[in-house]
Amino acid sequence: MSQDGVNNSRRLLLLGSTAAVGAVGAGFVAVPFLASWNPSEKAKAAGAPAKVDISKLEPGAMLTAEWRGKPVYVVRRTAEVLDMLDGLADRLKDPANENKAQQPTYADNLQRSRQPELLVLLGVCTHLGCAPKFYAEVKPEPFDADWQGGFFCPCHGSRFDMSGRVFNGSPAADNLIVPPYSFEGDNVLVIGIDEETA
Amino acid sequence: MSQQKNPIMGWIDDRLPVTVTYEKHMSKYYAPKNFNFWYFFGVLSMIMLVNQILTGIWLTMNFTPSADGAFASVEYIMRDVQWGWLLRYMHSTGATFFFIAIYLHMMRALLYGSYQKPRELIWLFGMGIYLALMAEAFMGYVLPWGQMSYWGAQVIISLFGAIPVIGDDLTTWIRGDFLISGATLNRFFALHVIAVPLVIVALVVLHLLALHEVGSNNPDGVDIKKHKDENGVPLDGIPFHPFYTVHDMVGIVVFLIVFCSVMFFFPMGGGFMLEYANFEPANGLKTPEHIAPVWYFGAFYTILRAIPHKLTGVIAMGAAIAILFVLPWLDKSPVKSIRYKGIVSKTLIPVFGVAFAILTWLGTQPSSGEFLHLINNTTLARWLTAFYFGYFLLMPFYTRMEKTKPVPERVTGGH
Repeated sequence: MSQDGVNNSRRLLLLGSTAAVGAVGAGFVAVPFLASWNPSEKAKAAGAPAKVDISKLEPGAMLTAEWRGKPVYVVRRTAEVLDMLDGLADRLKDPANENKAQQPTYADNLQRSRQPELLVLLGVCTHLGCAPKFYAEVKPEPFDADWQGGFFCPCHGSRFDMSGRVFNGSPAADNLIVPPYSFEGDNVLVIGIDEETA
Repeated sequence: MSQQKNPIMGWIDDRLPVTVTYEKHMSKYYAPKNFNFWYFFGVLSMIMLVNQILTGIWLTMNFTPSADGAFASVEYIMRDVQWGWLLRYMHSTGATFFFIAIYLHMMRALLYGSYQKPRELIWLFGMGIYLALMAEAFMGYVLPWGQMSYWGAQVIISLFGAIPVIGDDLTTWIRGDFLISGATLNRFFALHVIAVPLVIVALVVLHLLALHEVGSNNPDGVDIKKHKDENGVPLDGIPFHPFYTVHDMVGIVVFLIVFCSVMFFFPMGGGFMLEYANFEPANGLKTPEHIAPVWYFGAFYTILRAIPHKLTGVIAMGAAIAILFVLPWLDKSPVKSIRYKGIVSKTLIPVFGVAFAILTWLGTQPSSGEFLHLINNTTLARWLTAFYFGYFLLMPFYTRMEKTKPVPERVTGGH
């Protein structure tokens, strides 16, 4: 084949435009493949609120509820615990709830809760998602000689206080999340719904 | 070329280059005659790849890739399927031995400068295989749907959540749900069984093609193509087949004896290969007391854990793997082999090997423990992480400045 009389600039234009149109086409074809990885409609619909009976929860005790497949910790804190919260501020990364995404507005207070004594937390470590363990007793622990009670994550050693606020020196950067919740009467906690339903 | 050509072979060769290809890669591929112990691990990795593919195909025949059925189907394979226990242990032990072979194969490259010019592409393809293998092993460990499968997946996928802005959406996209669920298990099954193996096999082909283009390095790091006989055959080279195929058989037999000893007598590897918590079905509400990766991820997990900041930790872990890719351009030494490098490299290469082994060990231990009752695990992890990066980042300087020994013209040793 002779290369004489080849219009190189036209050849380049054709090459470029074919490649460009092909790339756009490949982009469109990629959409179903990539989008199919998103949560399905069924997974999205599985977000029903969870109702928990808290009438038998003793002061100082914790129960674990399941909401959207994740653990939710419900703790009835004692008066001593509530009194101690304020004094921890200088050992915490975010004592005053600066990161507003970690709790609803009604839990944006010192206790991080609607009712001061009742703590409701998503049991998912804000570091890498393990379920922190509840260490309620005030006593020296292997991970903290001056332990005031709270949550300790066994995976990477993040520590949280009795309102889910993260201690300095933890790999986690944020406080534990307070999920949306409300009450039905005095004894039923509804996790997943903000407004009180009468 | 006085040989009479087989007419059937002749017919095929006119249509498909079988003989030419066989000669190029086997009977007329001249490998240096001074290969030592370290040169077994390439072929051993290949043996393990074949083992994984073969046993893997058989395991899929009885495995149920769903959150409801996975755990029970693994127990079914172990108890009810004839020889199922053996197929599964061949696969799970095979993963460990694949990594043992790969790590020693990489150590060989480090010792003898096998990544240096002109073998940079071989190293890059090899690193690609290593990366794909880590993804493959991680996803494979999720499939039995035990406690460690679940929480290991939770931690590893959450790593992507550290990426600013898109992190949360990205983790949801990878999981296919708002938490680790059957959707995650099913896609990991597809990737583990089809997608990643295809990538690995393709990379192995490229790794070998690139190797056979430039020829194998050797413990002296000398170029055997500099001295050839009248037929153009390197004087220090011997045909891969039959010499190294027969030679490798000894290595393969010894390796398989060790493999079988572990597989039959210690299939769980003391909790380092199959963790005890994984004999409990996945429970999304309860994290096991002590969560640790399987041993072959230990070093990178230690680096992640050594840094008390989420994003920095994830970046450090990623960088620890990424820095290996650019190794060919960090080593500025005029010589390849440790035998002729200067005193700094000669000291640091073995120290690096030991440091990597300790980092691996620490990854399987609680961060609050003490190493040999001498030093706190986290403190040691931080020192070794600093050493790991220092070793690579300072390499352009110490390899250029140190005094190297003269490299011989021809290889030493060999038979």
